Amino acid sequence: MASRKTSQRSQPDGDKYSVLLPTYNERENLPLIVWLLVKYFGESGYKYEIIVIDDGSPDGTLEVAEQLQQIYGEDKILLRPRAKKLGLGTAYIHGIKHATGNFIIIMDADLSHHPKFIPEFIEKQKEGNYDLVSGTRYRGNGGVYGWDLRRKIISRGANFVTQVLLRPGASDLTGSFRLYKKEVLESLVEQCVSKGYVFQMEMIVRARQLNFTIGEVPISFVDRVYGESKLGGNEIVSFLKGLLTLFATT
Amino acid sequence: MTKLLEWVGGVLVLGAAWALVTFDLLDLSLPQTYKEVAWPMPLYLLVTFGCYSLATVGYRVATFNDCEEAAKELQEQIKEAKEDLRKKGLKI
Repeated sequence: MASRKTSQRSQPDGDKYSVLLPTYNERENLPLIVWLLVKYFGESGYKYEIIVIDDGSPDGTLEVAEQLQQIYGEDKILLRPRAKKLGLGTAYIHGIKHATGNFIIIMDADLSHHPKFIPEFIEKQKEGNYDLVSGTRYRGNGGVYGWDLRRKIISRGANFVTQVLLRPGASDLTGSFRLYKKEVLESLVEQCVSKGYVFQMEMIVRARQLNFTIGEVPISFVDRVYGESKLGGNEIVSFLKGLLTLFATT
Repeated sequence: MTKLLEWVGGVLVLGAAWALVTFDLLDLSLPQTYKEVAWPMPLYLLVTFGCYSLATVGYRVATFNDCEEAAKELQEQIKEAKEDLRKKGLKI
């Protein structure tokens, strides 16, 4: 462990990656995602911190997070809880405020996004000095697990319509596994007002509009292991509304 | 310029070109065959685009990777993680 720490400190570029984990009722998943993050960051030697933003989960997610902080240290696990469930955008703003890294990684805490891809994100970012690197389920070796045909059709259909209407220059718009330069995320979050799936889409569409450069890394998306995954009529309607809003305003 | 305006602009340009040929608005005395080809063109384009869309989405659904391996790997890592975390003193 000691030698690992010195090798981290002697990394020439001095980049640090802050992982933002917004959580709500993730007591089962949080320890696992943190364990995986520690494993892959440890193996690759990049400097990192994990910022857990718990929105007052009634299931005791915060308690579990406190235990994790004891295990892995207060420099690695930062707890920045909020009293109640607020939007994703404000969770990012809240997290950025406390982040000490010059890069921010956002991902879901429900294990659908695997930390093993993070080193690839980082290499991709360095390769082209991209402003943001987005994980994509729709290209190369990317894919999904646990989706039935209906879900696949909706996903591919929605993606196609969006590509035609918005030509965003990125293949996965609704995914939320991304790496941003800190100042890029700051300026994007300020401008984005949508909720849910549309928020991620708006982030990447506005990124293109502001001439930020986008790199892509294929990822496998393993649908929620614990807990329920949702894609109902409401999500589809709000997606279409969001799409049309972006169509008319960007 | 918003995407909406780009689309409106594109449709207007194409529509104008189509009307020009179909109704010979500028009295260019175009051959009759031009008109016959141009007249149903919007419908042809629409049908072609529809077919292209269906084929593309169909192909992409059919070739959407099922990440069985990734799911298996994750399950194994979850087991490993739980054990290791218990050793480190995590109580759930």
